[in-house]
Amino acid sequence: MSNFFNKSDLTRQDADKIVSDTLNNCDDGELYLEESKSESIVLDDNKIKSSNYSSDLGFGFRAISNEVVAYSYSNEISKDSLKNSSENLKSTLKSIKGTYNHEIPKSNKKFYEDINPIEQKSLDSKLEVLNKVNDFLRKKDGSVKQVTASFAGEQKSIEIIRSGGEALTDVRPLIRFNVSVMLEKNGRKETGVYGIGGRQSYDDYLKNDNWKNVCEEAFRIASVNLESKPAPAGEMKVVLGPGWPAILIHEAIGHGLEGDFNRKKTSAFHDLIGEKVASEGVTIVDDGTIDNRRGSLTIDDEGTPTERTVLIENGILKNFMQDRHNARLMNTRSTGSGRRENYRHIVLPRMRNTMMLSGNQTQDEMIKSVDKGIFAVSFGGGQVDITSGKFVFNCTEAYEINNGKIGSPIKGATLIGDGPSILKEVSMVGNDMMLDPGIGTCGKAGQGVPVGVAQPSILIDKMTVGGTKL
Amino acid sequence: MVKDQEFLKSKASYCLDLAKKMGATDASVTVGHSISETVNFRNKSLEASDRSDGLALSIETYLGKRRSSISSSNLLDENIKTLIEKCFETTKITPEDEFNSLPDKNLLAKKISSLNLYDETRFENDKKIKYLKDLEESASSNNQIINTESSFTENKSNFILANSDGFCDGYKTSSFTTSCVTVAKDENSMERDYEFSSKRHLSDIKQATDLGNKAAKQTIRKLSPKKIGSEKINIIFDKRISKGMLSVFASAISASAIARGTSFLKDKIGEQVFADSINVIDKPDIIKGMGSQNFDSEGVNSTTLQLIENGILKNYLVDTYNGKKLNLKSNGRSGGTTNLYFEKGNISYEDLMKKNSRSLYITETIGHGSNIVTGDYSVGATGFLVEDGEFKHPVNEITIAGNFKDMFKNIILANDLEFEYSVNSPTMMIEGMTVAGK
Repeated sequence: MSNFFNKSDLTRQDADKIVSDTLNNCDDGELYLEESKSESIVLDDNKIKSSNYSSDLGFGFRAISNEVVAYSYSNEISKDSLKNSSENLKSTLKSIKGTYNHEIPKSNKKFYEDINPIEQKSLDSKLEVLNKVNDFLRKKDGSVKQVTASFAGEQKSIEIIRSGGEALTDVRPLIRFNVSVMLEKNGRKETGVYGIGGRQSYDDYLKNDNWKNVCEEAFRIASVNLESKPAPAGEMKVVLGPGWPAILIHEAIGHGLEGDFNRKKTSAFHDLIGEKVASEGVTIVDDGTIDNRRGSLTIDDEGTPTERTVLIENGILKNFMQDRHNARLMNTRSTGSGRRENYRHIVLPRMRNTMMLSGNQTQDEMIKSVDKGIFAVSFGGGQVDITSGKFVFNCTEAYEINNGKIGSPIKGATLIGDGPSILKEVSMVGNDMMLDPGIGTCGKAGQGVPVGVAQPSILIDKMTVGGTKL
Repeated sequence: MVKDQEFLKSKASYCLDLAKKMGATDASVTVGHSISETVNFRNKSLEASDRSDGLALSIETYLGKRRSSISSSNLLDENIKTLIEKCFETTKITPEDEFNSLPDKNLLAKKISSLNLYDETRFENDKKIKYLKDLEESASSNNQIINTESSFTENKSNFILANSDGFCDGYKTSSFTTSCVTVAKDENSMERDYEFSSKRHLSDIKQATDLGNKAAKQTIRKLSPKKIGSEKINIIFDKRISKGMLSVFASAISASAIARGTSFLKDKIGEQVFADSINVIDKPDIIKGMGSQNFDSEGVNSTTLQLIENGILKNYLVDTYNGKKLNLKSNGRSGGTTNLYFEKGNISYEDLMKKNSRSLYITETIGHGSNIVTGDYSVGATGFLVEDGEFKHPVNEITIAGNFKDMFKNIILANDLEFEYSVNSPTMMIEGMTVAGK
């Protein structure tokens, strides 16, 4: 745990006093202190291309009254610097008075351990794994022309100080191991990428030579794509595989259910609570409480313990995801979804691990039921326009389906759909729910935060596939 | 106040001295300070204010051909010392890479000319508030607009780049950025659009009312969109999308993508890659330019580069490390392009719109559908069906797809180039792309 009060002339008593003075006449707010240590080690083009270590320290001071949020950050933790920030907040809120809400729920559950993954594995042994990856893939097949492998690790310590002196702390480890391979055959080049990670030590993910499985998977995806044909263009049936394809849920539904867009009524879902927004059998939750998952948090960045929030239950829209600010303005409670990238950013309601739960059909039944369509197994990134509800995502591994049978692989194509109606097109929900491998980062308002997704196989009756073959 | 050159220089030389003392054969350091203040408005009232004050330090240490780096926001001498020790320890066990080195001394920038990139004007938050009030008044004057969000950000930055070969220089820059996002609603749909302006100097920022009006107009015209069928069609890209094509081109000719062999433009120097009417230029010395720079992120002098001449690829974007791999000299593009643009074409916007009896005009794309390894392109899109030079109706929930290798050869540019951003393009038409819709 970081001690933020041995770094300069600022004592805990000073900080408590400045925080309480500043927030006295506000509705909410806190001082957020953060120290992070991170590393990135990259092997590329047969060499260790970079090894970078960084340390970051700073605070963000927030005061909220009514609908106005004042925020000030600095990476100098000192009495002067905090006083400057305090003056800045007071000047923004000078004419708006509020009543401070001291209430914040408590929990003693923890979803990961206080470890520093960077220190738990020596640099030598990290370099050794990266070199093994490179040798393994290049020896595996002559078509391998480029290999990139990387370790990224982080330990983030935070402390939240609220008016009255209440302090909440969390230490968050996070790692990711990634392999990308490019193959070239008959003049065609294709890449395959695979990664794993979460909130444990590197070796928890790499035991039993698991790095080999990551290599095999990246190689398999690239090999499939070498044989790919142009993708079809137009509306058709789409079967999604389990696990990572749930980023469709994240883009199509998740963002639209974040509290801020609904308070502002700019989300296509804002007036649909209690309404049927999905087929029967579709249940979606956003869960911050799964042990060691990338999107899990013991407390969110406002200090609220996270929870398992039911968003859609059997097709009916139940809840939005809330931070304290939007919850207060919408007369509800925080769901522990207040997150920020780091101390430089304001808190926004965000997703954690977004999951569609299993139904009782099989992937086989889905494929057999499709005359003409595609089977999408893996995706790159996605994006959504919250207001119109239109969302896209890019296939990185997909196949044609003809007459109930999986056919040739198809080239990367964008799929586009309409968020509020897509879940009504879900006609089968599989019994094979799977979590993603722990690689997702969600971007919103310029802030990236780690997230997870999960889903079973599903059949969507109608979606537009953005290929080139008419 | 943003920290002055002297403060940053003293931190930089402290770092270099320390690295040398520990035994580093070479080192380079960047120290920067940036202050920005943002005011956000929503529906004509204050929503948020945000002040940020950030120092940043990054150091690379070399031991012969071994290299590693660290970065930090904590500039206390004691912390710097710990970090440099850690950095140098890591350097010692990092394997050698023959291409690791500081830039060639004779390529470093020597004389720094003023590009007028800093405007010291303070635009106090009260003035930002007044500006945003005016902006949102005009943005919300039409009753189909149901939500407006706008912001004004003022930024002042200063930096020093120094290396153990004696390079030590930096300069202040400023930027003023304002944006407006509006949401419009009718009985069939809800749509969002935006407009923004970003300049080095406050006096060049667009009028608040113009910006608000434009955002509102662009949003309202998107209401009640229709989906169209799947077909081959000529596509006209609005300037805000056509400039994105340039950014894709730039990433495909970066020396790192070329050296790794992961670009569809590898080994294409001297070959026709665009239509023969096309010229692409990267010009670092535009006065007040948003992408202007005196030197690149390694201190290498940057001068104007013709990237495409009459459709032929002339240059890659070369930094020191990847340049050595490719046996090319750095051309001062570590960190990418500066002010990148297509030279204007010779057909007017109106004539381009009328060129075909039917075409599709794209104002927004979503998704990350550009693959620079294969050149494949597939994105979600929003826009308008154009018939006989007029917008017929808005279109959404479609995708457009093609391959850059073909698309680049089928580009026709209008003559409406303006220098607004760091990447600028005229309105563009690409013939024969695939639209997927109904």
